[in-house]
Amino acid sequence: MNDEILDWGIAELARRLESREVTTVEVIDAYQEQIAIQEPEVDAFLSLDLEAARRRAIDQDDRRSRGETLGGLAGVPIALKDNLCTTAFPTTAASKILEGWTPPYNATVVDRILAQDGIVVGKTNLDEFAMGSSTENSAYKVTKNPYDLERVPGGSSGGSAAAVASRMALVGLGSDTGGSIRQPASLTGVVGFKPTYGRVSRYGLLAFASSLDQIGPLTASVEDAALVAEAIMGHDPRDATSLQEAAPSLVRPLTEGVRGIRVGIVTNLVDTATPQVQASVLRAAEVLTQSGASVAEISLDELAFGLAAYYVVAPAEASSNLARYDGVRYGLREAGSTVEEMMIATRTKGFGPEVKRRIMLGTYALSAGYYDAFYVTAQRVRTLVRTAFSRAYEAFDLLLCPTSPTTAFRIGERSSDPVEMYRSDVCTIPSNLSGDPAISIPAGVDADGLPIGVQLLGPALSERLLFRAAYAVERGLR
Amino acid sequence: MTNRIDQEDVAHIAQLARLSLSDEELIEYQSTLSRILEVIEVMNSEDLSSYPPMDHPLETVNLLRDDVVHQGLDREVVLAMAPSSEDEYFRVPRILGAP
Amino acid sequence: MKTRATTGPAEGWEYVIGLEVHTELKTATKLFCGCPNAFGEEPNTSVCPVCLGLPGSLPVMNVQAVDFAIRVGLALDATIQRSQFHRKNYFYPDMPKDYQISQYDVPINAGGHLELPSGRVIGIERAHLEEDTGKLIHRGGHGRIESAEYSLIDYNRSGVPLLEIVSAPDIRDPEEAKEYVTELRSILVAVGASDGRMEEGSLRVDANVSVRPIGEAGFRTRVEIKNLNSLRSLVRALEFEGLRQVHLYDDGEAMIQQTRFWDEARSVTGALRLKEEANDYRYFPEPDLPPVAPDPDLIEDRRAELPELPSTRRGYLARVLPDLSDDLRETVIADACWPYFRAAIDANITPARAAARCANELTALLADIGVLTPARFVEVLALEDRGELGASQVKILLREACVDSTAVPELIAKLGLSARDVGAIKSMVAEVVAPFADEWERYLDGDEKIAGFLVGQVMRKYGRQISGADARQALVELGDEARKSAD
Repeated sequence: MNDEILDWGIAELARRLESREVTTVEVIDAYQEQIAIQEPEVDAFLSLDLEAARRRAIDQDDRRSRGETLGGLAGVPIALKDNLCTTAFPTTAASKILEGWTPPYNATVVDRILAQDGIVVGKTNLDEFAMGSSTENSAYKVTKNPYDLERVPGGSSGGSAAAVASRMALVGLGSDTGGSIRQPASLTGVVGFKPTYGRVSRYGLLAFASSLDQIGPLTASVEDAALVAEAIMGHDPRDATSLQEAAPSLVRPLTEGVRGIRVGIVTNLVDTATPQVQASVLRAAEVLTQSGASVAEISLDELAFGLAAYYVVAPAEASSNLARYDGVRYGLREAGSTVEEMMIATRTKGFGPEVKRRIMLGTYALSAGYYDAFYVTAQRVRTLVRTAFSRAYEAFDLLLCPTSPTTAFRIGERSSDPVEMYRSDVCTIPSNLSGDPAISIPAGVDADGLPIGVQLLGPALSERLLFRAAYAVERGLR
Repeated sequence: MTNRIDQEDVAHIAQLARLSLSDEELIEYQSTLSRILEVIEVMNSEDLSSYPPMDHPLETVNLLRDDVVHQGLDREVVLAMAPSSEDEYFRVPRILGAP
Repeated sequence: MKTRATTGPAEGWEYVIGLEVHTELKTATKLFCGCPNAFGEEPNTSVCPVCLGLPGSLPVMNVQAVDFAIRVGLALDATIQRSQFHRKNYFYPDMPKDYQISQYDVPINAGGHLELPSGRVIGIERAHLEEDTGKLIHRGGHGRIESAEYSLIDYNRSGVPLLEIVSAPDIRDPEEAKEYVTELRSILVAVGASDGRMEEGSLRVDANVSVRPIGEAGFRTRVEIKNLNSLRSLVRALEFEGLRQVHLYDDGEAMIQQTRFWDEARSVTGALRLKEEANDYRYFPEPDLPPVAPDPDLIEDRRAELPELPSTRRGYLARVLPDLSDDLRETVIADACWPYFRAAIDANITPARAAARCANELTALLADIGVLTPARFVEVLALEDRGELGASQVKILLREACVDSTAVPELIAKLGLSARDVGAIKSMVAEVVAPFADEWERYLDGDEKIAGFLVGQVMRKYGRQISGADARQALVELGDEARKSAD
């Protein structure tokens, strides 16, 4: 029974709960058992509270028995990336500088999940402040890829990805600044969706790079991703960069198909990938063609500059966003005889090497004399990338490319070489620079049995079409 | 490979960012930052003058809020987070060094 | 541009002064969050995740602060434009995010000017929005930052909206600096943007000052003086600093561009032992806030609603009362007085009387003005203008009209302040004087001193009903009649 429960998607779980085939408590117990088995191996979580989850489950079963209608995520066990503020769990961003800090408020997405009766089981590991592509940069633990415990789950939302992949949670929430939802989804064989910038409120997300960050779901299926996206999208008055548009309906149109849709394969991004990943992209293209879409190739060479621009813009914004961790108001404080010494001691002790590297890089890029050469040039590249996408979307409705050039790499393999690590994000970064939506869909495994992901990109606010195509790819490849 | 940033710059940036680096770290950061800057500099190979800088993906303006009071946080909650407090205040070491 | 005699720091030298005036805007809430913008609250009680810079919090701009900024911009004849917030990055414990959200290269108000009462015009470079910091309290070492053992922080002020108004270096002496701040303050109060209370820190001034030999065209190295908490400090600090700079030049020493603080107790400006760190603020566009682009219709609405500014009022006064003294003029144009004065003029009250009643009686009553509306004020003055009430009656009536909303005619009756009837006054005087036969004789014989005594007796009995002047007039008339009948 337990194993069966873990196989159910959100819709099926809802049906079975409604028909009283299963109770919410049974669902949580099944997940608790799975966590007990998997977590010691995978190390996906930074904090867990299954007793609270169970209490919530009991309450939901009560409400259901009283005839109450529950929310769309009732009974769904959810894992939150530990850079989302929660009053019920500490929120550390996997950094020593916030060890033990529990926010006095919930992120807007957390409130929305709770309003839909989602059950948060715990907070997941990440690269410290979401800076990384392997989850090795956590100050607390290294999360393993459930497909091969010697390998990374990707990052920075590696904990949420691994939790969903190992069925310790039905839904994971992550954040994506340069691919941090899509790349780990790809490396762990789950679906990962980054919405259009502004679709999901960033209020309560510990900022990495504010003009790039978006929160999104990691799930076992495209349908589940659509369900969660519907629940968390929509305007939030607490985020001045949140779009006024109402959340689109994504689940209902899933089955409308892709007949007549024009899809462009981004050849220069395909070229960055290993042959097995390339083959998966072509298989996805074939599926789309068979489903009635027209597929052709396009080269968007300008996107190659995205990586460089990203490594200016993201660290620049991060250097400012992370200034507040100074030992004065919350979190770690190291002793110092003056405020300045105290701040330096605190930050030096509290931040890990990759975070420091990016703060240094961003500080440099913004500092007097370098601003124009770095920051302004990077902003021009953003326009260049956007222009390239606009050109592509004149000929195509959606674009197809790999999510990650490779499958999961070994723990430690790239951690000594930041530049090599940064290149993991070459296919995902352009969507963050332009602010457009993108989704990674599992597309088989390589010769070592490691998951491969393919990525669909769309213009701003094209989520409905994006999900329809993702659904078609998922069904076709199954 | 030539270093694109000298150790003095690295030390200056660290000070601006309120970080202290050991001698080894200084050398390491000089080297990795130089490598990253090398990657970044590919941007300069392209003539971008016809592309205006893009501050932000959104083009909206005037997302304003009404001037209405909202409930804030209780002082007990706020000061409970503080690494150091005294009476009703946050406490920090002296601002300026000893005379 | 008008010129005026200026006072240099020393013979042959002149000041070059530019002022940065930070004014707290009178919004209900802070610039980026819904915490109350209040003065004098218990420490750390007007705080929330946003103004404490808690991880994950985001700023959302207050529409009322934009409105106030536009009004000030219009009053200073500035260009109101689409503006972008930037982050000014530097570490300081009173600043919760360790960056300040401020407007940098594209402020909401660019350019403009301000005309001083002297007629001189001072250029305005910009007036931009930014957030205030928290407050530091230094413990030990007599509460001074340089000798304190540690410091305490209250974040209630953190995020309070500020408008920073930056003047051109057009100011030429300390008194003119004072005049500029006074004038700017009255404009800020007139448009409703600020309460202008310097003593509560809602108006704070930093001064950029340099000196140069008279006749020299360029600017010399300037010093920024902070911590000028009153007009008196401003004047004294500028005088001290000007002289200090002249002495340095005289001694052939180099002037360093630096920030100095005014030490009120010791009456000196002093440089702080701040670490020499180049002001590398690493400005970049604030990604959490979309640009503010005021709607042209809104700007035109605000322009139409712009209240009369002090300079306009002065111009008006110069026409209706050209001989008014400076003091009286500045009292009358004050916001609290002006609506009463204008109402009086509009009702054709004698301008000199309106000005005198505003400056004397009304000013004394302003703190408890209650139900004394401009219309009621005018009603009272009209009675005086028509000779129906004397000055002392008007004084009593105005005081009562603040607390008693009874219509003026009934209020007069209620108070027994019968409107003036010359016959009645004469009988009152005659009645009071009758028992003082000797004094009366001496008065008739021309003893003017005794007249004061007799009027005093009348006022003791009928002071609430008649004025001293009326009593004296009646006495004179009774005397004339008595002498005439004796002839």
